[in-house]
Amino acid sequence: MQSGAADNLVHTRQSRWSRFRANRLAMVSLFVFASVLLIVLTTLPWTTRWYNIQSLDSAVRAAPMISPVVTFEAYGVALNPSEVSGWPKLSRLMWQTTSWMGHDDLGRSLFHRILPATLLSLIIGGCAAFIAVVVGSTWGAAAALLGGRADAVMMRMVDVLYSLPYILMVILMKVAITRPLTSLLDGHAMLAQLIILIVAIGGVSWLTLARVVRGQVLSLRTQPFVEAARANGAGVFYLLRRHILPNVAGPIVIYATLVIPQAILQESFLSFLGIGVQQPIPSLGRLAADGVEAVNAFVGFWWLIAYPCGALVVTLIALNFIGDGLRDAIDPKSAQETLL
Amino acid sequence: MIRHLTRRLTWAMVTLIAVYVITFFMVVMVPGQPFQQSDRNMPIEVERALRAQYSMDNNWLYFWEFLGGAVKLDFGPSFTYNDWTCTQIVAHALPISATIGILAILFAVLVGVPLGVISASRRNTWLDVSIVSGVLIGISLPTFVTGAALLAVFTVAWPILPIGGWGTLQHLPLPVITLSLPFIAYICRLTRMAMLDALSSDYIRTAIAKGVSPHDVLWTHALKVAFLPVLSYVGPATAQAVTGSFVVEKVFGVPGMGQHFVNAALNADAGLIMSTVLVFSVSLISLNFVIDVLYAWLDPRIIMAY
Repeated sequence: MQSGAADNLVHTRQSRWSRFRANRLAMVSLFVFASVLLIVLTTLPWTTRWYNIQSLDSAVRAAPMISPVVTFEAYGVALNPSEVSGWPKLSRLMWQTTSWMGHDDLGRSLFHRILPATLLSLIIGGCAAFIAVVVGSTWGAAAALLGGRADAVMMRMVDVLYSLPYILMVILMKVAITRPLTSLLDGHAMLAQLIILIVAIGGVSWLTLARVVRGQVLSLRTQPFVEAARANGAGVFYLLRRHILPNVAGPIVIYATLVIPQAILQESFLSFLGIGVQQPIPSLGRLAADGVEAVNAFVGFWWLIAYPCGALVVTLIALNFIGDGLRDAIDPKSAQETLL
Repeated sequence: MIRHLTRRLTWAMVTLIAVYVITFFMVVMVPGQPFQQSDRNMPIEVERALRAQYSMDNNWLYFWEFLGGAVKLDFGPSFTYNDWTCTQIVAHALPISATIGILAILFAVLVGVPLGVISASRRNTWLDVSIVSGVLIGISLPTFVTGAALLAVFTVAWPILPIGGWGTLQHLPLPVITLSLPFIAYICRLTRMAMLDALSSDYIRTAIAKGVSPHDVLWTHALKVAFLPVLSYVGPATAQAVTGSFVVEKVFGVPGMGQHFVNAALNADAGLIMSTVLVFSVSLISLNFVIDVLYAWLDPRIIMAY
């Protein structure tokens, strides 16, 4: 049976999407992830102003409850009612959510901290994964295309970097780039800190991708269509852009969705060490680490751990299932029926 | 076989030297004040004298001095722990971490592999979905949270184990289980994927056609092949577990090796940084070597390629 190349392409795209849609877990995860993103983004105007409003009023430091017991007055000077009057109705509606997840030891609303924290964690994870993807796939593809001695040297370097302890490298990298970057971004301490974190995490996460991409490109290089293009006089960059990259895009995308959760976890670990995101800026890892510290086992501030961890788990599980679904959709072999 | 192993061994030595050189340059280039213990500034003469005492004023001298000592397992003085040499610190902390790490990996393999096999054989049933979800929860929760949760359950709510510390058998279960949770998750996931791959292949079809019982097909024919990727994961994982986890040690108050990786880097303690890196790299490289040998023994095709 013969069909045009264009038909084939459309056909594969459609069947990929239909395979992904048939995966119920992946679709639910996609929906959950999209809703999380939507909620976090739409509430941003309020949360960025409210996440650090503190109160020492004892009524404020209460356990989670659905009905708002906290009045604007409890926050005294910290919250100026006229500030809220910008969007009276919407703001009042947002204020109803203040007590949903309880308050931390400084009387800050946990719900209003978790929302921007989720966004920040996703930004850190996404950017670190982006760095890892760019560096890793360039390195791997270059090694495979250059071949020979250059390939051997480049992959040996990856081997050597692999045998260095991960966490120590992150810390050393963070220490190393902190000073030059802070002086470069004079006056934007928070931005500098964020970039440092992202570069440090991304800078150590590209190794696996380099290996994956190199393997893919090596096997592509011997495919007839690539050889034909080369025989027609195609240059390295043309080959890369036109033939190699479109074909390795699938594995790269899959890997990227799996690097994001890892990077988010890495950030939470750095936060636990006290060198992650600094107070008062919240990230999910920062909140969980603070929660673990605040929950002295004898005092039951359980919500300070439960909700940040819940948000972390929901986000990471959704991302993981989406990644798995993408892999099954792009590589139908992995979804084929088993015999037992 | 011998040729294969000599090649790997030579490469292992080269890697180790490269690791040393890279770490040395990172340590020398990273700005830090190893001798400034508190907020007090020390007189410049004192600092210069201290730097000279630790050979920090001459990088090349220090490079060769440390290397010469390291070959004889003498890692020189620690910059932050005044009365300890790095060798003493490692000798004290490594056995503790190694005990926890080896037990954790054993536990993870014993739990993770069967879970993965069961999950693959009951694909897309509720059992499979709940195992996969459990695994993802295991991967998604930071260790400091699972550790704290276990601590709250087994020392406060149901006090059967000591809160923290080291020395008796009762101190073992909580750190071991906490450390093994992410490993269980990864091993289960790997086993499941490899089993699914194996179960759709021709030799399994043949085995079924020849009337091998489903139980034998699953646990001997398929698992034998599916275990290979798990094995190559277990090597690096063991190196990681054996050299300790900062989080587990901090949560349970265990005086292990993991804390030194973090503290040495934060304190810019050059001697200790290089000692810990070397300990990690040596265990990783030697474990990978062991895995290589095991691999060649389990899968003779690998030797055929040479």
